[in-house]
Amino acid sequence: MASTPEAVKPGAGTLSRPAFDVEQVRGDFPILQEQVHGKPLVYLDNAATTQKPRAVIEAEQHFYLAQCSNVHRGVHYLSEEATRAYEDVRVKVQRFLNAREAREIIFVRGTTEAINLVASTYGRKNIQAGDEILITAMEHHSNIVPWQILCDEKGAVLRVAPIDDTGEIVREEFERLLNPRTRLVAVAHVSNVLGTINSVAQIIQSAHRWNIPVLLDGAQAAAHLKVDVRALDCDFYAFSGHKLYGPTGIGVLYGKAAVLAAMPPYQGGGDMISSVSFEKTVYNVIPYKFEAGTPNIAGTIGLGAAIDYLNGLGIDNLGAYEQELLAYATEALSRLPGLRLIGTAKEKAAVLSFVLDSLHPHDVGTVLDQEGIAVRTGHHCAQPLMDRFGVPATTRASLAFYNTREEIDSLVKGIQKVKEILG
Amino acid sequence: MSDLRALYQEVILDHSKHPHNFRAMRDASRSAQGYNPLCGDKVMLYVKLEGDRLADLSFQGTGCAISTASASILTQVLKGKTREEAEALFETFHDLVTGKTERDEKGPELGKLAVFSGVSEFPVRVKCATLAWHTLRSALAGSEEVVTTE
Repeated sequence: MASTPEAVKPGAGTLSRPAFDVEQVRGDFPILQEQVHGKPLVYLDNAATTQKPRAVIEAEQHFYLAQCSNVHRGVHYLSEEATRAYEDVRVKVQRFLNAREAREIIFVRGTTEAINLVASTYGRKNIQAGDEILITAMEHHSNIVPWQILCDEKGAVLRVAPIDDTGEIVREEFERLLNPRTRLVAVAHVSNVLGTINSVAQIIQSAHRWNIPVLLDGAQAAAHLKVDVRALDCDFYAFSGHKLYGPTGIGVLYGKAAVLAAMPPYQGGGDMISSVSFEKTVYNVIPYKFEAGTPNIAGTIGLGAAIDYLNGLGIDNLGAYEQELLAYATEALSRLPGLRLIGTAKEKAAVLSFVLDSLHPHDVGTVLDQEGIAVRTGHHCAQPLMDRFGVPATTRASLAFYNTREEIDSLVKGIQKVKEILG
Repeated sequence: MSDLRALYQEVILDHSKHPHNFRAMRDASRSAQGYNPLCGDKVMLYVKLEGDRLADLSFQGTGCAISTASASILTQVLKGKTREEAEALFETFHDLVTGKTERDEKGPELGKLAVFSGVSEFPVRVKCATLAWHTLRSALAGSEEVVTTE
């Protein structure tokens, strides 16, 4: 069982203590008991994917054990059950994002597919030769390449807002790049490499002054901070279930109903039509217009369980604990000679990218792995960002609410071992 | 010896910090670029051919300790070898790093390359060890394509 804020023990309310019992929370994640190379697993690769609580694993299993059926098809009991469970999750996601309506929630495979969906429907319809799409220098490849493909096809231009040495968007430059030819702004809510939490509310305000719609890549944000799409007033929001303690292969695209309704369909097939003849096909209403074929039903139900789990703990509590852990880790890593943190924005999520002396991150990662410590090494699908900081790659430790200070201490010891072996 | 010490032997660390033949070659007969998208390692390999013989080799690029040391040692051990000998050595080397060679089977022909035997315990690092070799093969084949390990 996940603990709730109410379950906090007396006297645990001091600043240095989490608003929940981290040891109890760790018990919800079976994989955290595993050993790697004979050492306890220290999983610090949460920006790549998060581990799954038992509730998520069991929800998926329950679907296959007791509910398995297709959705929106049969009149039989199981199909109704599956459809209800599937559509219930749409409402959960709607509430999770504070969207106005459930039909604004489209199930996709993940953030990447969500962005590609917007590029190939909204983008194809609304972007013409000479138009501009504005992104930033910190984007993940999945928020670069779909726009490049679209720009190539349409003769449009991809503009890139620069970032400063701390990893923050240079606002004046961003503002300067907005102009009457800009048709779309696509920005990461949180950077997967730098951890920067972008001032997306201000970005959206600025873009909307020019009537430019804004897509937020929320892959790194949704699991770590409260997302309110109505307060933000973003036009699209994309995130992945597997980075939110849910299953792989399921993600969400939020879009404002009016925008979605005016978009052409994405893929053709079953479920996205209301009638088909060889002369004419009438497309289904949103969100089904964008959900051709049998969806990832088990994954969707698993995502619903993940959202329930997070709501039970309280995403604000988790965020606060992760911020404490980030502060602790930042200080601990900064004290290590030869270590340079890449990404030192004022507002950060718990992501620590670093380079160590002239050691290559791949070697650093191999030594840490032998200590049971899982970090990501490489370019993190953000090669232009690596170029911006003049490094071929970084080592990245990305934290989740089930990580502990002791694990940060293990990372520090691991880095000392790296220097001992490779130094 | 621990697996890590076996992987990061002194010779490998020395070559990675002070690579040999680390330079562009203006009069190269062949050159090719290799790329490992997994970790971003890049190598540019230059070969000067005299008839069938690899008269000189050099390289430039950025990479991890294993890939840099592998490129450095490659330029040393292949100097003066024929194309056929180089190809045969690649086969032997490949067997070594992928664990197909028994420990007591390591023939004398491996020479310096034997320091890479520890790689076989780290399957994800095989690509690092072989990047320069794949790139050499591409250079000798006269291919214009960038070699990737994917």
